[in-house]
Amino acid sequence: MVLTNYLLALSAVLFIIGVAGVLVRRNALVIYMAIELMLNAANLAFVAFAAEFGALDGQIAVFFVMTVAAAEVAVGLAILVTIFRTRKSVDIDTLHRLKG
Amino acid sequence: MFLSEAMNQTGTFFHLVPWAVLFPVLGLLINMAFGRRMGEKGVAAVAVTASGLSFVVAVLMWLSLRAQPAGATVPFLSWMTPVHIAWAFRVDTLSVTMMLVVSGVGTLIHLYAVGYMHYDVRYKGDPGRYARFFVFLNLFIAAMMILVTGDSYLMLFVGWEGVGLCSYLLISFWFEYDTKGNLSLANAKAGNKAFIANRIGDFGFLLGMFYMFSVFGTLNFGKVFSEAPTVAQTHPQAILVITLLLLLGVTGKSAQIPLYVWLPDAMAGPTPVSALIHAATMVTAGVYLIARSHVLYDLVPAAQHTVALVGALTALFAATIAVAQNDIKKVLAYSTISQLGFMVAAVGVGAYVAAMFHLIAHAFFKALLFLAAGSVIIALERAHHPLPEEGGHDAHHNDDPPDFDPQDMRFMGGLRKVIPITFWTYLIAGLTLAGIPPLAAFFSKDEIIADTKAAFPLVYWLLVLAAFLTAFYIGRQIFLVFFGKPRSHAAAHAKESPWTMTSVLVVLAALSALGGLLNWPHPYLAEWLGHTLGEVEAAGLNPLVAGTSATIAIVSFLLAWWVYGKRPLQSASQPDPLQRPLGWLFTAMQAKWWVDELYWAVVINPYIALCRIAAAFDVWVIDAIVNDTAWLTDFVGEKIARWQTGFVRNYALSVFVGVLLIFTYLLWR
Repeated sequence: MVLTNYLLALSAVLFIIGVAGVLVRRNALVIYMAIELMLNAANLAFVAFAAEFGALDGQIAVFFVMTVAAAEVAVGLAILVTIFRTRKSVDIDTLHRLKG
Repeated sequence: MFLSEAMNQTGTFFHLVPWAVLFPVLGLLINMAFGRRMGEKGVAAVAVTASGLSFVVAVLMWLSLRAQPAGATVPFLSWMTPVHIAWAFRVDTLSVTMMLVVSGVGTLIHLYAVGYMHYDVRYKGDPGRYARFFVFLNLFIAAMMILVTGDSYLMLFVGWEGVGLCSYLLISFWFEYDTKGNLSLANAKAGNKAFIANRIGDFGFLLGMFYMFSVFGTLNFGKVFSEAPTVAQTHPQAILVITLLLLLGVTGKSAQIPLYVWLPDAMAGPTPVSALIHAATMVTAGVYLIARSHVLYDLVPAAQHTVALVGALTALFAATIAVAQNDIKKVLAYSTISQLGFMVAAVGVGAYVAAMFHLIAHAFFKALLFLAAGSVIIALERAHHPLPEEGGHDAHHNDDPPDFDPQDMRFMGGLRKVIPITFWTYLIAGLTLAGIPPLAAFFSKDEIIADTKAAFPLVYWLLVLAAFLTAFYIGRQIFLVFFGKPRSHAAAHAKESPWTMTSVLVVLAALSALGGLLNWPHPYLAEWLGHTLGEVEAAGLNPLVAGTSATIAIVSFLLAWWVYGKRPLQSASQPDPLQRPLGWLFTAMQAKWWVDELYWAVVINPYIALCRIAAAFDVWVIDAIVNDTAWLTDFVGEKIARWQTGFVRNYALSVFVGVLLIFTYLLWR
């Protein structure tokens, strides 16, 4: 019980760090890492609750999240490589053509 | 032989009748495609041949009808099959009479126009328009043929609209000029006036047709006429309403009160057009319509009385105006309205044969009057400023006044010596119009007057008065134009028109003089039309009426001589001799009784005011709603667009804030 609380607290801290990373960093690669951090914070919460309640559902959900995250990173990195080839930069703030 | 091969199994030519329409259509297509490359001679040859072949078809129909007087219905194309309306040709004695008049007089006028337009396009400075004129003229023949041969009210209406279109196109043929050749919108406006006045009449025709279809379930002549007696018993009011609505159409097309005002302005068109469309053929379509619908009119005396009264009033009213006009063509225009009034009055009292008789005679002598007037006008134009090809150099070395107008009779006088052929033909046509025996219109007009005497005394007296004025105004015109001494340089030096024009005048003069033989002493026409119109009315001369009208015509003509011939005008600026004795009456007649002004005040100006209100409503309400909606959308969009910064992190932040808000709501609810 006490362990679960600590794990959830750690999960929350990791998530906040991830959000802050997405919001404040300009390097697209770092933003990807921050997104991974948020996903893993969610994974940690899943397994913590799964252990707490002795249910397998949470453990399985983690596998799904990992798979999807891997696919997402593959696509995202491909986009990033293309952007870098055309613009010689992965600074997210230089990509603001789509404004109203 | 070709002719015997063209006959079908029954030994008639009836199946060839579509060619009466197809030949002119072919002619106009050729001239439209190649007119500019063929030159004037080629264009003229194609157009005259097309019209002439149409006349040949009409003659073949006439020959076939002599063998089979019952006629035939020739199906041609299917159309609107769900309601059983098709394009079929009706060949009977009435339609073939009209076909012969239209294509016969039409071909003569085509011939005349070959010479006339040669000069006209050069005076207006646009020889390229020669081909266009003949395209329109052939189109008119085709449309008129559709009108007179149609087997149903709908096909009649198709032709009716077609001739209306041609009338509009040809009135404003010189759309950038007025009748004196100055740049202006006058001719275009005259065309519009004719078109709009006819629209009002056609609206009545359409309503009548719709009502007829709802009552009879068909528009086919044969079916409508055979069912009419039954319908008259079940729906007594229906036939009255239908006939009165058709009468509205007639007042538009045949220029009767109250819609006649377009016809005088229609004289803006070239003279052959005035002769063909606005005297001989198109304007008689209304008379044909009533004669064709005689079964319906015979069932409702109230409608017949209205028709007769409208015709007689128009005959008298237009004749009074014709007395005081100075424009040679305007006199003839009002004369045409007046003569159409005679015909309409005749069909109104059931004297269909007399009306058709007068229609044919009128086609001859009125076409001749217009063509001869055109010859006068061209002769004056040529003397006023000769074309370079006739040895003319810079025009203005003559001593004509600056306000010289080749159509104004005050600048004419003494023309009988310089243009003798035109004079003699004009004299014959004028005496015919006046009703001097033994010329054609004496017999036809006399028949009308005799028929009205028994049927409708009021109409009789109106027509007698109109006949008196007719002889007077045409006498006035002849003495003003051809007698006395020349009142301008142009009138003194006028030259006779070329033979292409004068030969047509001579042919028409012969027809005008001898046309009376059609129905007198033997009533050929009455017997002929009797096959279609049913009963043959009692023809033959009523000696009392004939004597009276002949005396009236001669006395009135002599009166015109006493006023205008005995002491001719000395100069163009001298006032009309009738101005002093008649005073305000003459002024009123000269001002056309201010009917145009009345229409402006009562109808057109209020209508324009209504239009302005509608336009203001459109601009300030309808447009305002649409435009302000668009402006609001644009404004809001512009403000909101600032949120779309293009920075991905801004979007991420707003997602984050949104998530926070949702969570807060979930936790605190």
